[in-house]
Amino acid sequence: MTAPGAMNLEQPSGDTLKVILSGDWKLSAELPGADKIRQKLEASPSVRNLVVDASQLSSWDTGLLTFLVNLRKFCSRQKISVNHDGLPDGAKKLLELAAAVPEKKDARLPEERVAFLKNLGDTTVYFFHSAGELLAFIGDAVVAVGSLLRGKAQFRPADLGLIMQSCSAQALPIVSLICFLVGLILAFIGAIQLQLFGAQIYVADLVGIAMVRLMAAIMTGIVMAGRTGGAFAAQLGTMQVNQEIDALKTLGISPMEFLVLPRMLALALMMPLLCLYANIMGILGGMVVGVGMLHLSFIQYFNETAKAVGLWNLGIGLFSGMVFGVIVALAGCMRGMQCGRSASAVGDAATSAVVTAIVGIIVSTAVITILCNILGI
Amino acid sequence: MPEKQAHVTVENLTMAYGDFVLMRDLTFTINRGDIFIIMGGSGCGKSTMMTILIGLKAPAKGKVFYGDVDFWGGDPQTRDRIIRRAGVMYQSGALWSSMTLAENIALPLETYTDLTPNQIQEVVSLKLALVGLAGFEEFYPSEISGGMQKRAGIARAMALDPEILFFDEPSAGLDPVSARRLDDLILELRDSLGTTMVVVTHELASIFAIGNNSVFLDVSKRTMTAMGNPNQLLAETRDSNLRLFLTRGEKS
Repeated sequence: MTAPGAMNLEQPSGDTLKVILSGDWKLSAELPGADKIRQKLEASPSVRNLVVDASQLSSWDTGLLTFLVNLRKFCSRQKISVNHDGLPDGAKKLLELAAAVPEKKDARLPEERVAFLKNLGDTTVYFFHSAGELLAFIGDAVVAVGSLLRGKAQFRPADLGLIMQSCSAQALPIVSLICFLVGLILAFIGAIQLQLFGAQIYVADLVGIAMVRLMAAIMTGIVMAGRTGGAFAAQLGTMQVNQEIDALKTLGISPMEFLVLPRMLALALMMPLLCLYANIMGILGGMVVGVGMLHLSFIQYFNETAKAVGLWNLGIGLFSGMVFGVIVALAGCMRGMQCGRSASAVGDAATSAVVTAIVGIIVSTAVITILCNILGI
Repeated sequence: MPEKQAHVTVENLTMAYGDFVLMRDLTFTINRGDIFIIMGGSGCGKSTMMTILIGLKAPAKGKVFYGDVDFWGGDPQTRDRIIRRAGVMYQSGALWSSMTLAENIALPLETYTDLTPNQIQEVVSLKLALVGLAGFEEFYPSEISGGMQKRAGIARAMALDPEILFFDEPSAGLDPVSARRLDDLILELRDSLGTTMVVVTHELASIFAIGNNSVFLDVSKRTMTAMGNPNQLLAETRDSNLRLFLTRGEKS
């Protein structure tokens, strides 16, 4: 083992300071810094020359170079000349190389302090700008649906099939789990209250109506937002990064029709079916509690559910499901198309697709609920 | 040699990102049958120039003409119609990753022609064979090497027999032999099909081997400083930046 890097200072004459480096100058926390020399120089302002003596140096790496660069910066500010002649040849050459291209003064962006009002203004402008983009995107999507209805949309039926498969059959396990448990939880909460009045049988009504009219659609929507919406954003975002979307545009193929339309169509078609399936799973969850805990019979529970849940409830639930499907697909595709050209931009796009979709689902649930209330259904 | 006929004309073009002006006062003409090189150092706006020529980004100022038609002055339909006669090879190939090579090349054909599936398949095989990828029809882009992806990108760009082909850094990231083959391919296609080629590159070997006309974008002066045959430019230029570029930084 050689000795760790060390430094001694000598002052052979009034205007010269000698820096004697010894040992192993390898990058580590123990290396002496240039501060010691700075203090020494500040204490003796008469020094005009600095001589670096490296005759006792055993080995070196970047640790030595950063030390010397610091030293030289400080010395050139103080107009002290530095004599490197005693350094190893390699170190001298690297120092020259580092100084060969002058530092670009305007390359480092200054960290501006932005006034609060400017910040607020920027944010507001950005908000309206992105609201405009949202509307433009929805407009484009509607136009694409228009050309689909006229039978002129350009997309590959095979793509539609693949997307349908990935957002329906492959989503069944997670939708089953979530909706079964939600039905179970609803039944539990209801059972505790209803038992007080001896009205356990109404658990079936509670679970049935809640699931069919609202909860199944919302839960499926949220699952799909995380599962499929995020995936759409990541797919389109990566296509944006790889210039695949540019390639479509230069061939005159509308990305809106080729990429967004099949995704929107697939979710709009498959979401109602998923919702229907989610309804069944939710009711099954409730039935487990009803039969297992409240000692109702299957037939009783089934009859009560069938009596409580009307066709209107089912219709509203399935309609909501379709709306949520369109929202999830639009949010995912929009964020993907707006994606920047880097890996982190793809991550941001996926995150913001999920957030946008969930907000959209909750807001549209509120709108649908209020509308139904006004219409009295 | 028949008389030169202007294919693309650029007039007083300014490229900018927001307030940041990348290049100004660009005026040059690309003739039919040219292999036209857009060259310059990194960050000088070569690729941006291409995005303007292929209709992806609007210029801040100035005009681009295809023949006599104002490219950016007209409506988007005109632009679409013009650019459908062009093929583009992107830097990374930009093949559609969810489709096989055959499907990639077939898509433009399915969209714009009324060929039968059988005919399309024949065209696809021919185009792939032309770029040396015969037999790779059923491969996905991720299953072949970078050089093959670029060649497949060319096959797709040629699918509709375009009048003009754009190449964005065709030889970037390729080994010298593949780069040379790609250059030969570009020359061969120009000679046999008479296609106008616009190549964005800073690869000196390619520039001298294939270019018969060029424009040099000088990043320090923010404009073009030279135009003409690259070999001639090398022999005659007195501009120190261009000389430095064309001689790989050799001091004159």
